[in-house]
Amino acid sequence: MTAQAAEPFRARQLAATVVDPEMPMLTLVDLGVLRDVTESGDRVVVTITPTYSGCPAMATMRDDLVHVLTDAGYADVQVKVSLSPAWSSDWITANGRRKLHAHGLSAPGAAPTGPIQLSLAPIRRAIDCPRCSSPDVRLTSEFGSTACKALYQCGACREPFEHVKEI
Amino acid sequence: MDDHESVYDGLLGGDASQWAFGTDFEDPLAGVDTTLPVGVDADLLAAYCLMLGDDALIYAHRLSEWTSNAPDLEDDIALANIALDLLGQARLLLARAAAADSSVVPALPAGSPVPPEDALAFFRDEHAFRNVGFVEALNGDFAVTVVRLFLFSTHRLALLQRLSTSSDPVLSAIAAKGVKEVAYHRDYAGRWLVTLALGTEESRRRLVAGLRSVWPTYAELLRPTEVESRAAEQGFGVDPVLLSEEVDEVVDTVLAAAEVDRPELAPAGTAAMGRVGRHTEDMGRLLAEMQVVARAHPRGKW
Repeated sequence: MTAQAAEPFRARQLAATVVDPEMPMLTLVDLGVLRDVTESGDRVVVTITPTYSGCPAMATMRDDLVHVLTDAGYADVQVKVSLSPAWSSDWITANGRRKLHAHGLSAPGAAPTGPIQLSLAPIRRAIDCPRCSSPDVRLTSEFGSTACKALYQCGACREPFEHVKEI
Repeated sequence: MDDHESVYDGLLGGDASQWAFGTDFEDPLAGVDTTLPVGVDADLLAAYCLMLGDDALIYAHRLSEWTSNAPDLEDDIALANIALDLLGQARLLLARAAAADSSVVPALPAGSPVPPEDALAFFRDEHAFRNVGFVEALNGDFAVTVVRLFLFSTHRLALLQRLSTSSDPVLSAIAAKGVKEVAYHRDYAGRWLVTLALGTEESRRRLVAGLRSVWPTYAELLRPTEVESRAAEQGFGVDPVLLSEEVDEVVDTVLAAAEVDRPELAPAGTAAMGRVGRHTEDMGRLLAEMQVVARAHPRGKW
């Protein structure tokens, strides 16, 4: 393969190295927010999808994309936002889920589909403690340190841990 | 040495990556096609988005006042997260309003880097805000907050679900995203409503008192305005009358679970209030706090 033939994928490979600022074990590809990368000459257009409407990490992702591509010699880097379809936790890749687990975070189950149900009982998720694998876990809050996470505590090892929410 | 003579060196201008979350001076609708759909009036779409965006913005600010003041750490974090979701929705909706009709955006000094959605949030005067009084009212105690959040998110979830098929693709995308977030808000508030009602004598007393104090002002959210009716006619908005049945059903389900009667209280007034820019005394103080720093630095870059 010649250098030219590999060229069309270079910008994508670079963009794929950018990580989420809040969960830096995940690249934007692992997280499922990198939707498209197109390049032509020294011009690159990257399309990303916000996770939550108010997630402040989006600005850092944009800045980091611009940095990594500009440093690699692209003169014109544009980062576009794609709002539809809305991001789903189902887009976190299998690789991303493994990395979450390896870093002590619990990966989301399948996102809810169909009509939205009112749920007055606490949500019950069949998850295991990412540290000791015990299924004896307790939800402490549906809202955590970032918009995308819930708080849990393990009844066996007593460690608190975070669960990436289904959305 | 030369770079580090003062810790404040380089704080202004320069490399945006030094900030924890960047300077965020980027269009939240960058690359999104904001062309008006056929048959949609630009000024009407902007007016409609301002209403929905202002409800989210003002309520986000009010809820954020619980930060460091909630009954426990988990609820402190929960209310802050809910406020952040609503702030994100407000940002997109205000940006959509500005993209549809730039004449709604207040003029700023030449060269000001303030983006249109920030100009709308921080540089409009009270009479230009279109949020309902329901969201600007003081938080009250935790029970009052829970009741208001439950009614607000029940209504907003029903509204956003219908708006996700809006004829304006931008509005429909913002709504579809918001649906996923507000579903969590409604569950949170619904659970607390039941928990307080079935908790101690004191928590039940406060919950019932909160319901009675919030209920009369809730009607404003359901009262149709001309902007909403026309937006529904043009296919991008929702007629609030269509929402009342499904909203009532959820409210009745939760009140029944809480073993609390639906209040038999008349609405507090029937005149158009917040939707036409008439606000309560609470709004002025809220805006003063929310806007003071931005207004002191109209050319500021954050």
